Amino acid sequence: MARIVAGVGTSHTPAIGAALDNGKAGQPYWQPLFAGYEPAKRWMAETRPDVVIMVYNDHVNAFDFKVIPTFALGCAEQFPIADEGWGPRPVPVVKGYPELAAHLVQSLVLDEFDMTIVNEMQVDHGLTVPLTLLFGSPQEWPCRVIPLAVNVVQYPAPTGRRCYRLGQAIRKAVESWEEDLKVVVFGTGGMSHQIQGPRAGLTNPAFDKAFLDDLSRDPERLTRIPPLEYLREAGAEAIELVMWLLMRGTLGPKVEEVYRFYHIPASSTAVGNIILECR
Amino acid sequence: MVADKPYEDIPGTWIFDAQRARAGYHLNQFLYTLMTDANRKAFLADERSYLANFKLTDAQREAVLGRDWNRLLELGAVVYALAKLAFTDGRSYQYMASQMTGMTEKEYVDMMLSGGRSPEGWRSKSEREKH
Repeated sequence: MARIVAGVGTSHTPAIGAALDNGKAGQPYWQPLFAGYEPAKRWMAETRPDVVIMVYNDHVNAFDFKVIPTFALGCAEQFPIADEGWGPRPVPVVKGYPELAAHLVQSLVLDEFDMTIVNEMQVDHGLTVPLTLLFGSPQEWPCRVIPLAVNVVQYPAPTGRRCYRLGQAIRKAVESWEEDLKVVVFGTGGMSHQIQGPRAGLTNPAFDKAFLDDLSRDPERLTRIPPLEYLREAGAEAIELVMWLLMRGTLGPKVEEVYRFYHIPASSTAVGNIILECR
Repeated sequence: MVADKPYEDIPGTWIFDAQRARAGYHLNQFLYTLMTDANRKAFLADERSYLANFKLTDAQREAVLGRDWNRLLELGAVVYALAKLAFTDGRSYQYMASQMTGMTEKEYVDMMLSGGRSPEGWRSKSEREKH
């Protein structure tokens, strides 16, 4: 049986990828951030998942505005790296798991989550920066990746509660797959940040800390945060945190927090990283 | 405050909602074309001619030419698409964000290094006026 063993929450700030790709990781600005991810990288090297389900958002790269899917599951064999405006990141192509992805879609739709099926898709920093942060810079990614793209670009994003429930349905779907697989689910984006308008640069460490705390202590409380509260308290782009709730929903009722890191800034972002193991 | 758009009360912020997305459709589709090197070069070589291929309003066109970032947000550009214009100019997200705040890039970086902008005074337009 396939099993989800843990969840990883992490920011996916594009500047983090650019810093690594351009050899700036050792600079004083970046060094504390990359040092803070070292324990998470070690955890990942020990955990060695067969499959990662990557909950992230596309930033107008795979999807233009012709079609805006709320939940899109990547069912392709592989996913090329997008040129977001400065050339594609120099990272390996992302290998999918079409058979398992197809199974997930079938199970989820019958469970009343109407997924969009995506058979060709480029992936952007939302997906590749978390891979880099947790797996480093290998010649090939060491596991298969199923992308789950959530619309957080056009308001409204799906609610935190809806995301959490989708996560619960994903757990059920994974557990009905016969092959023995170790699965880790990523929830990416956030934490508090705003990158637009005169209010750009907003951060809210108190909001972020309470969010990190309650991922293990009281996730139901987090599912009741209304969209407006994310926007007002934690910045217009902090709505990405609903994707961490999707990840949390896949982990079952009890989790143990085994690692946490928090750092400001990466460009305009308050960066968070958490590892939650299923218990 | 508009009854069904409570987020319009957040100062210094343009939430990319369905109405703004509708108004900005062609603007964002133009920005989306800046994902290839050939298109970036063609745009920079003759911006007006390139823009003539898209059904922009006069205000949107002038705001693109003037890199009037906040005006572009107001006219329906979504920030992630707008970033492609900044990248085409050889700039970063951080540069674009600093321009939106009216700070120099250095002032903006310093603010972020000191922990970012506190939400105090920035939660609502009425709170902003008191500040």
